[in-house]
Amino acid sequence: MADISKDQVKHVANLARLAITDEEAEKFTNQLSSIIKYAEQLNELDTDGVEPTTHVLDLKNVLRKDEPKEWITQEDALKNAPDKKGDYFRVPSILE
Amino acid sequence: MSLFDYSIKELEQKLHNKEITVTDLVNTSYQRIEEVDDQVQAFLTLDKEKAISTAKELDGSTVAENEHPLFGIPSGIKDNIVTKALRTTCGSQFLRNFDDPLYNATVVEKLNDAKAVTIGKLNMDEFAMGSSNENSSFTPTRNPWNTEYVPGGSSGGSAAAVAAGEVLFSLGSDTGGSIRQPAAFCGVVGLKPTYGRVSRFGLVAFASSLDQIGPITRNVEDNARVLEVISGHDKMDSTSANVDVPAYTEALTGDVKGLKIAVPKEYLAEGVSPDVKKSVMDALKVYESLGAEWEEVSLPHSKYAVATYYLLASSEASANLARFDGVRYGVRSENAENMLDMFKMSRSEGFGEEVKRRIMLGTYALSSGYYDAFYKKAQKVRTLIKNDFDKIFEEYDVIIGPTTPTPAFKIGEKVEDPLTMYANDILTIPVNLAGVPAISVPCGLSENGLPFGLQIIGKYFDERTVYRTAHAFEQATDHHAKRPQLGGAN
Repeated sequence: MADISKDQVKHVANLARLAITDEEAEKFTNQLSSIIKYAEQLNELDTDGVEPTTHVLDLKNVLRKDEPKEWITQEDALKNAPDKKGDYFRVPSILE
Repeated sequence: MSLFDYSIKELEQKLHNKEITVTDLVNTSYQRIEEVDDQVQAFLTLDKEKAISTAKELDGSTVAENEHPLFGIPSGIKDNIVTKALRTTCGSQFLRNFDDPLYNATVVEKLNDAKAVTIGKLNMDEFAMGSSNENSSFTPTRNPWNTEYVPGGSSGGSAAAVAAGEVLFSLGSDTGGSIRQPAAFCGVVGLKPTYGRVSRFGLVAFASSLDQIGPITRNVEDNARVLEVISGHDKMDSTSANVDVPAYTEALTGDVKGLKIAVPKEYLAEGVSPDVKKSVMDALKVYESLGAEWEEVSLPHSKYAVATYYLLASSEASANLARFDGVRYGVRSENAENMLDMFKMSRSEGFGEEVKRRIMLGTYALSSGYYDAFYKKAQKVRTLIKNDFDKIFEEYDVIIGPTTPTPAFKIGEKVEDPLTMYANDILTIPVNLAGVPAISVPCGLSENGLPFGLQIIGKYFDERTVYRTAHAFEQATDHHAKRPQLGGAN
């Protein structure tokens, strides 16, 4: 595994929907490189045949009936919105 | 009066005998906050009007004894636990104006049913990412024992408020040590329950497979009492476990005769300061004198826990924090002209540096081409770490070691280097990866008067033995009775 490059950092920032300055990209490149280098110690371990743990409790398929019920009103749902119009959240234009 | 002077049980008695009123208690709490919180900075939001009216209501009600186990008790809630109509910020600028949450977290509903009184919301590292509270985007909380030192994190406000005598108990959340480490640094009792013991509904998710809510108190009995209230299966959290909730307070017998204690050599290795080591050895002597037995064991994969944790927790965080998009709640950048820029700029303006760093790390670890090498590899190492614990618990009742390698450090001391800061959690992180319960109890003071924490780790869903072990130590020593010198009134 190679060091993370500044271009990769910018690509990852875009995937994560973060706007970062060139200066921040520089800083993150250094910091993420050292964290990733540190994480590479995991390669010392032979994990062939080891099952990955996604969850510590042995829970499977917790199901419930799909029934509508009272939860929040439309008015409630909108009340913390930074911008709204009528019954909708309002956002800037999606298409250029 | 002072909130320092009584346990919850003693206050229950005094309220029942009408020696004091709930209004007295609530007023005492706000007076103490007024007196010391400009030094400690534990609270982000106070709910004074409502708390006082709740107190009046409780004072006017007649209730049977023991019906409401937290009747009238002043408490604080970490600010990543959602409280209806009470500002919930997660310590983040992104949510600085999230003034009107729509519902209560399940734990808050349970505290309300038990008639606890919410005094306010407690400061924390932004989105629970941090070990010092220096990542709060509002103001860093300070350690009540010495305000030049950090209180620990991320539940730093929750631990400091209890240590400073502002509230009787608080709720924190623990993803990699965020209840136990600040409890240790502030000389109070903090428990991370077994994963699944307490509902996470209404806890703003950081790393969903690791997060647990737990109580912070000044003594073990209070802690057990609060956990009894907040535990249990919740249909709103499918990862909460459908298992019985035992009466934890009934486990506090003081009897640890024949208890089998494992002491991992990795927990007393290089990097653990000599005074911390000594405090643990002294504690083991106390257990010996009480008839318990201890042996050195090995948790061989401990050294891989920090790397495993940062890959997994950051990956989960990068997905969980995708919900902060500036559309439904939180801040929105004024400077964006289209939707995509609006997402990016709102997030960049609203999130602090550590949060961005972890989102970046997590996004990278989950991205195409790196998923197997980082994320999946870490999940496999998690299995090895979990197996280490399973093996020890075949032979022993509890695992004991320090909560942290050192006592609290100075504000600003570690803030520049993320890896040094992360290493601080080396003794608490394995517990979250395995999912087992663990408590931190005070076990002494350093030369410069800062508390040490003793960590007691138990089997899955065996909080009873953890509490019994902690309580026996507490009763045999006077560490928990020490108080910080703050604000004169001690």
